[in-house]
Amino acid sequence: MKRTAWTVSSWVLALLLTLPIMALIYEALLPTEDVFRHLWGSVLPTYISNTFWLVLWVMVFSFLAGVPAAWLMAMCELPSKRWLQWALILPLAMPSYIVAFVYTDLLDFSGPVQGTLRHWFGWQSASDYYFPAIRSLGGAALVLGLVLFPYVYLLARTAFMEQSMSLVQSSRLLGCTPWQSFKKVSLPLARPAIVVGLSLVAMETLAEFGTVNFFAVNTLTTAVYDTWLGYGSLNAAAKISAIMLLVVMLLLSMERMSRKRQQVFQKHMGQEQQRGYVLTGVTKWSALIFCWGLVALGFLLPFIILCYHALRYFDQAWNSRFFEYSLNSLLLSSLVAGLAILVALVLGMSHRLTGKTYTQIPKRLASMGYALPGTVLAIGVLVPLTSLDFAINDAALWLGMTEPGLLFTGTMTAIAFGYLVRFGAMAIGSVESSLGKVSPSLDMVTQTMGYSPSAMMMKVHVPLIRKGILAGALLVFIECMKELPAALLLRPFNFQTLATYVYQFVSDEQLELGALPAIVIVLVGLIPLIFLNRSLEQAH
Amino acid sequence: MPTKLGLSAAALLVASFTGQAFAEEVNVYSNRQDFLVKPIIDTFTKETGIDVNVVFLKDGLGERLEREGRLSPADLLLTVDVSRLMDVVDKDLTQAVESEILEESIPAQYRDADGKWFAVTTRARAIYTSKDRIGKREDITYEELADPKYKGKVCTRSGKHPYNVALTASMIDEHGVDYTKTWLQGLKANLAQKPQGGDRDQIKAIKDGVCDYALGNSYYYGVMLSDEEQRETAEAVYINFPNQADRGTHVNISAVALAKHAKNKDAAIKLMEFLASDEAQHLYASANHEYPVKEGVEPSALVKGWGDFAADKRPLVDVAKHAKTAVQLVDEVKFDL
Repeated sequence: MKRTAWTVSSWVLALLLTLPIMALIYEALLPTEDVFRHLWGSVLPTYISNTFWLVLWVMVFSFLAGVPAAWLMAMCELPSKRWLQWALILPLAMPSYIVAFVYTDLLDFSGPVQGTLRHWFGWQSASDYYFPAIRSLGGAALVLGLVLFPYVYLLARTAFMEQSMSLVQSSRLLGCTPWQSFKKVSLPLARPAIVVGLSLVAMETLAEFGTVNFFAVNTLTTAVYDTWLGYGSLNAAAKISAIMLLVVMLLLSMERMSRKRQQVFQKHMGQEQQRGYVLTGVTKWSALIFCWGLVALGFLLPFIILCYHALRYFDQAWNSRFFEYSLNSLLLSSLVAGLAILVALVLGMSHRLTGKTYTQIPKRLASMGYALPGTVLAIGVLVPLTSLDFAINDAALWLGMTEPGLLFTGTMTAIAFGYLVRFGAMAIGSVESSLGKVSPSLDMVTQTMGYSPSAMMMKVHVPLIRKGILAGALLVFIECMKELPAALLLRPFNFQTLATYVYQFVSDEQLELGALPAIVIVLVGLIPLIFLNRSLEQAH
Repeated sequence: MPTKLGLSAAALLVASFTGQAFAEEVNVYSNRQDFLVKPIIDTFTKETGIDVNVVFLKDGLGERLEREGRLSPADLLLTVDVSRLMDVVDKDLTQAVESEILEESIPAQYRDADGKWFAVTTRARAIYTSKDRIGKREDITYEELADPKYKGKVCTRSGKHPYNVALTASMIDEHGVDYTKTWLQGLKANLAQKPQGGDRDQIKAIKDGVCDYALGNSYYYGVMLSDEEQRETAEAVYINFPNQADRGTHVNISAVALAKHAKNKDAAIKLMEFLASDEAQHLYASANHEYPVKEGVEPSALVKGWGDFAADKRPLVDVAKHAKTAVQLVDEVKFDL
């Protein structure tokens, strides 16, 4: 394939993936209705400040949890490390709204925690004591941080592990303590990956709906919902979405800027030496408590509670639809994960081949969909696909054939396309940060040997960045398994995903009955985790 | 690798096409959860041999229908809440149905004069009171909940939830916008906690001592009482039907309408008629403790035990037309913030 072909296909892909956003921007640019002015004058400022603080706190939490955990796993010897290093990814498999539901059950007034406290101290009613409300901005930040920190952990750990050990050793020889060599060598080298992880967390938080809605924390996402469904104004909803889009583009360009100033290449893709500080005593125990505590709060505790509900309501919840919905979710998620990686490779390589700044643009464009909350994205997907459907049907009529019906919006195409738009950014980010670590001199060498760009990609880059590819595919896969709002709007007849199935129960305040399928979402999400971990271990 | 992916994509597409069978069938867009309508639809399929495909669309049903236009596969719309229903009707997305069976089964108050929609069940917006601290309050009114003497004693879910929007809209219809705004402000000032959770959570909050009064739909109480695990919570409250001395208790509906571009019109009307039959009405009542619209079909024994009440008789269309104003008022007084 020629270079121009790479460039053209990356632009085509990018434009295709931006279609929903363009549809929304078009909608947002239509004249303002009273609704938007009304919102601006009443609740919108509060929504904006809520959103700002929520995103900030979730990012802080994810950084404080994810980076130390990643470093401990990559650089230290700890008992139970074999288990820990993949257990720390487990919270990703938990849909956040389920975690939110579980913690509300535990921590609100009637929950066992406050109940026990009342019993011990003889308090009678809510006015006798202070207990932080779980249904609050802080509570939402905590719950979201618990399920989202693995993004930072996963990407940072891969980065730490790919770091050449000789650099760390040199720094130690030059007299750095482990902490100093972490601060001066490991952290700066891992910064691109950490920043990608944090921006994933930020965008995920921005688009989050289930948890904030459940906790009655009004953010821009809930504003979009209310505006669209409560006021029936797509126009005002699109305007709010446009604001969110601006915020995300700001986030993304800040990330680029911070990365541009550093060009770090490593000679070796570290696999050579023994790595690992051996921790002992207090350090060991604090490290263990820290890591296992994260696993317990983000995964084990909610999972055990789900199991408890599932067992109690087993007879009602166990039915033949399980297999079908699991298979649906599994197929859909694998399909989208595969497509996302293909898109990411095309976009990443075409930029690398030309090396021009403007070839960054397709990547940025294709990543924007991540900023859209599910429902908004669904509208954005429906608008262009519906026009396409109508065009096809009109053409068929004109040719005297029978109308084929809704070929795009009435089939799996719509939902798969929606997911690709929404989650493609994760694959793009992951592939990009891995590619960034492959020294350009390799490209030059390969090209002097007469390889075509596609042969070079398959023979050199893909094998070198396979971990990044796997991590990206995994992120996309798990997100697709959990995704809810877009699935609700885009799925065709007689098609349910596990998430929509569980949601039926949650929305009717009967999570107990949905606990069993919720466990299946989690378990299916675990399969690729094991796969990923094995490949990471083989590298060492 | 790419070819394999392409193949599986194609296989998925084919699979979703062939899902559309050739036998007689009805396609339903539903606001209602599958598991609620499933027993009714299974019975219908068993009796008629007509397959029913349901898509559960909690939100955005009207928007999707509007986009799909003449190509929409939907035949039948099952909605909850009158304002969402009227939204679809006003956008001209439904069509008139003439059916003697429907007209005889469903009282005129609960269907459109032109046959563009038919209510299937009703539910009352009740006020729950604590058994221990308040007792039964048969004289209670919605208006009263804004009285400063109830400061810190009232619970409710989000003011923007359709059930509360409809109640607020009925207040606007009764008292006008200014009164209703003051009422919302008073109600907000009386709340024991920020609006949160669902109707069931409000009952739980009373049991926990967080508040003494709560707004909630009648059937949640029924469902809780008939569930082993939740009975104890529900037994901590009384259900009260407000405004019995004046206009009556605010009532909302779940309804069915024929989609404008329905392709399986006959089968769809058969399903509509079935939903109004004694059998289906009885299923609705027993499975979810709603009030059947059809006269002569009894509510569940549990619901009957709560006694009769006078329902607000104003046409639901009058309530629905104030829905948008109601949402605006809720935002203006920052009810949920």
